[in-house]
This record gives sequence, structure tokens and C-alpha cells, in this order.
Amino acid sequence: MSFPRWTEEHEAFRASVRRFAEQEIRPFSEKWQTEGYFPDELFRKAGEVGLLGVRFDPKWGGSGLDYWYTVILVEELVRGRDIGCVVGLLVQCEMATAVMHDHATDELRKEWLVPAITGERIAALGVSEPGGGSDVASLQTTARVDGDDYVINGSKIFISNGARADFVTLAVRTGGPGADGVSLVVCPTDAKGFQVSRRLKKVDLHSSDTAELFFDDVRIPRRNLIGEEGRGFRYIMGAFQGERLVLSVMMNALCDDVLEETLGYLAERKAFGKSIASMQVWRHRMADWMTKLEASRALTYRAAEQLAAGDREGDLTVSMSKLFGADLIRGLILDCAHAFGGYGFMEENYVARCSRGVQNWGIGAGTSEVMREIIAKRRMPAGPA
Amino acid sequence: MKILVCLKQVPHQDARLDVNGDGTWIKEDGIKFEINSYDTYALEEALRIKDAGEAEVVVASIGPDRVTQALRTALGMGADRAVHVNDAACQGSDALGIAKTLAAIAKEESPDLILMGLMSDDGNASAVPPMVAELVGMPSATAVVATERSEGNIRVERELEGGAVEVVDVPTPCLLAVQSGLNQVRYASLKGIMAAKKKPLDVKTAADLGVADAVGTAGAKVKIEKIYQPLRGEGAEILSGSTDEIVSSLMNKIKELGLL
Repeated sequence: MSFPRWTEEHEAFRASVRRFAEQEIRPFSEKWQTEGYFPDELFRKAGEVGLLGVRFDPKWGGSGLDYWYTVILVEELVRGRDIGCVVGLLVQCEMATAVMHDHATDELRKEWLVPAITGERIAALGVSEPGGGSDVASLQTTARVDGDDYVINGSKIFISNGARADFVTLAVRTGGPGADGVSLVVCPTDAKGFQVSRRLKKVDLHSSDTAELFFDDVRIPRRNLIGEEGRGFRYIMGAFQGERLVLSVMMNALCDDVLEETLGYLAERKAFGKSIASMQVWRHRMADWMTKLEASRALTYRAAEQLAAGDREGDLTVSMSKLFGADLIRGLILDCAHAFGGYGFMEENYVARCSRGVQNWGIGAGTSEVMREIIAKRRMPAGPA
Repeated sequence: MKILVCLKQVPHQDARLDVNGDGTWIKEDGIKFEINSYDTYALEEALRIKDAGEAEVVVASIGPDRVTQALRTALGMGADRAVHVNDAACQGSDALGIAKTLAAIAKEESPDLILMGLMSDDGNASAVPPMVAELVGMPSATAVVATERSEGNIRVERELEGGAVEVVDVPTPCLLAVQSGLNQVRYASLKGIMAAKKKPLDVKTAADLGVADAVGTAGAKVKIEKIYQPLRGEGAEILSGSTDEIVSSLMNKIKELGLL
């Protein structure tokens, strides 16, 4: 029996997302990466097909489905061969909106979540700061209460969709130092004092806009608070599980695509009178990657199964899955690029382009070091000091 | 108004195809399938008529279990009902066997309009649509690139050789075999796919439709002798480089050969 047991609906959804990726993303991927942008229109198109609210309550325009549909969504979007664009879409439907879906008031959901699900409003998540990324509990952007408003001061960095977002799900300090002083608010980007201080130039994912944001006495109503004051850190940590699953699936899917491309090349490319695919050294190397990829996928699917069932072990498994995937993708893609010889160093080569940003997978949504900490904390007693 | 859309599920356009052991078809194991691209335009045309007013859209297909997915996708896109002829006896049917089966469905359904793709991406025969039209006694038009409906008539534009267009009036009920690019085909939305679970999908056999003698290898008048990949010719030169470099080097070669 195969696992997961995909139903006809899963397969129909997979076929639809695949067609979307093949027709709406892939033909434009090179152009968007050269221009450093993909059109806002894509959010609306994705919203129409229901890609931006897979797990969200139908009351807000979502489809109310489980993590398995998210897995399929990510696996097939990657086939569009523009990870920057996929990141933009997933920030919209996972990273920036999941906490709002789970904890915000109905009023906020109506105003911001509903148009995010239809793709009419674009979302970003503002957590990392110039002074710290993984150490969320130490963030320094403040939101001071002034009458019925919060007044926000500070800055955020590495914010995907940051330059074009209509709103930012923003982590701010409303209380004292440490995790309990952190809250989440919805900050509209047309608020006075909000500034995109610069668009950041990355080594990869060029079509995703990534920005540094600056908040200078930005005034927003206190009703824009998501959930309760002082619980922002917990909300962020909770939402990280979905984010880590999404990244794990993305890494596996990208490895799969790169491997397929490489195997096709090795079968066609000849050296010393025979195809490279017939040479044992490459056959064994590729067999190793296929095995590791299969193991990675099995771990990710296990995490998806646990998260779909609401099992707390899912937090641990998804951390393992992201850690394993980040190590895998670095080795696999670099080795595949090597298999292309000189072509693996050419801009025109898809695998070569994928190899540019391999180290990034061990950073977003919690670094590999943070993943190891989570795993060790849960499974390894430290013993006496 | 009732519209019958006939769909075929074909190997995905990116699938790597290998000929099967006895050289009569491809190996189907492990490859992905999709709705024949021409048929998606036929389906979209039907759904647009439905969106514009009162119409029931019935989709029909012949093939093994995997075809359910194509039909569910069509239901997810907005079709109302599906008929699936799932019968091992149909395996190996020729175009006439398929046409007789679809004609039998058409006779049961009595549609006002039958829409199909001009041809299939895999078989490429373009034979089934005119055969179905003949068997059900409907006027038909092929290679349809535009339609305009009026009472009792559909004015269609047909694509001819060299880009010329022929305009013909086809009285309804009729069968239209559509060319690709007729419209912009919608995606099955996630909500549509979930709603499709509740839509009826009838499974039938060739015997149910009274065409058992016409289908399968036994009923086929056209026998497939052999399917093979043409051998690669010697002396082919593969150009490499960026798209611009390839184009410019190709142009130089054409000029060298005195063809320009």
C-alpha cells in the first residue's frame, strides 16, 4: 500500500496546481527572475483557484482542508521553476496569514484575511530585525500604547513580499524584555511613517521581493492586535510548524525536479564513447541521492501526518524534516550541478541556477542550529550541570 | 440545453514514453495522465455556455480506473455529471469502436450539442468526432476556432490551411470538434474539486451501451501493426549556448547552406 493514500480529490487538486504552475509561472520564470519581480496579478489568479486558503475556514473564503493539500500545493508550485515566486505565494497563504486565521478577531479577519485569501491584498510577515533573526524573543521594534492606538518604531529585515505588501503581520514589543513582551499586530503599509527603506539584492530567488522595512512613529489602531497582548512569541512559534513543513516539502520537490533534470542529462550526455548514465561512479552517486531524497520525503510526510492529526510530536518531526532537508538539498544540488560539467556553471542551466542559493535553505523559518536545539531539547536530557 | 463533452485521458505532455513489450502501445506504468489538451477547450466552451445561461454539461470518457481522475477534474471545473465507460473489453478499441461507444452515450443523453477536441494528443487520428456525428445523425464541423450561437444554429469559424478561416452555419443539435486556442481554459478550483465529490459519476460497460461487439481488439477493424521510435539519424548537430546564441548560429548555418 502506498503512503500517503492520495484520493481522487488530492489527485485532481494536484493536476490543477500543476497546470497552474506550468501555465502561469514556468513560461515567465526566467523573465521574472531577470526583472526581479513577478506580477501582483499572480496573487489574484492563485486566489481564484483557491490556492491561498487551503486550510483556512470556509467562513473566510478558505477550503477547510488539511495539511496534505498544502503538501500537494507546494510540491506542484515548485514545478513552475521559480522558487522566488513560490516563496511569495506561500508567505501570502501560510507564513503571514496563518496566525491571523488562528488568533485574530473576526473584524480583522474580514478586513485582512479574506482579501488575502482572494489575492486582492498582499501580505508579508515581519519578524526578523537587523539586530536578530532566530532570537525572536529579543526583538526590538516597539509598539507603545497611545490612547486607542499603538505607535510603532523600529525596523525589520529580510521581509519577503515586503516591498509590495498591503499589510504586514508584524511582531512588536508591547511589554518588557523577553518572549512575554512580544505581540503581533496587523500593520497596513499605507500607514504614515511606514517605509520600505530598501529592496534587498539576493544571490538567489530573484523574483521574490525582499525588503528592509522602517517604522517611524507608525500609528495603528489597537484593534489591530492579533489575539492577546504578550502572546505573539507563542503564536509565531506555533505558526513556524506549518512554515517548516512547507519548506521541507519545497526542498524535497526541488530536489526531485533537479534530480529528474540531471538524470535526463546523464542519459543523453556521452563521454569516452558511452553515456554518463552508464558509468558506475555516477550511477552510484545518483542512487545515493535518490535514497536520501526518499528518506527525506518519508520524514516530511510523517510530519505532515502528525500535524494533520494535531499530534504534538509533529513539532519535533517537522524540525527533523527541515534539518534533514536543508542538509540534503545542499549536497544534492551541488552534486547535480557538478554532473553537468561546465554547463553546471552557466546561468542558462536550471540546475546551476538552483545551486546558487543552496545555503539559504538552512536559514529561513529557523536555522538548522535552531532545529538541532529543538530536537536535542525534546529528546536529550542535559544531565547534571 | 444539454451539452455532452467527450474527453480522452492521454499521457502527460512531459511524460517520457517507452514502447511496450509487444510493440502495440506505450508502457503506461509510472507515467502521469491528463485530459487531452484539445478536449479541455471543448469542455471550457461548454462551461462558458453553462455560465451564460441554462445548460447542463455532461462529460463522458472511456478507459480504465485512472480516467476517473480526468472526469473528477472536469466535474471540478464545473461539469454537472460524468459517464465513465470503465470496461477492460474496451482496451485496444479502434476509432470506430470508440465512436460507437460515445454515440451510444449520446443516444442515451440526447444532447443539444456535442463538443469534442479536434484530435487526441496521443493517437492524432482526428477520426472519432466525424464518426460520432455520422452515427448519431448530427451535422458537424471540425477545427472550430470560434462560435456564435443563435436560435437553432451555431455559426462557427473553422481553421483552414495557411491560416484561412471558413465560416459555416451548423443547425443544432450538432457536433463540434474544436481546435486548440478556442478559449482560455479555466483551472479546477479547490472548492470546485471538493464540490465535485458530490456530483454523479455513472460507470458503464460496453455491454450496458450495447456496443460489446464493436469494442476492444476483437471489435477493431484497424489493427496496430507496430509502434516504434524512429532511429536517430547520424550527423545531427546539437547547437548549444543561450537562446540568442543558438538562434544566431542557426541563422548562420542556414545562410551557409544558401537557403536564405
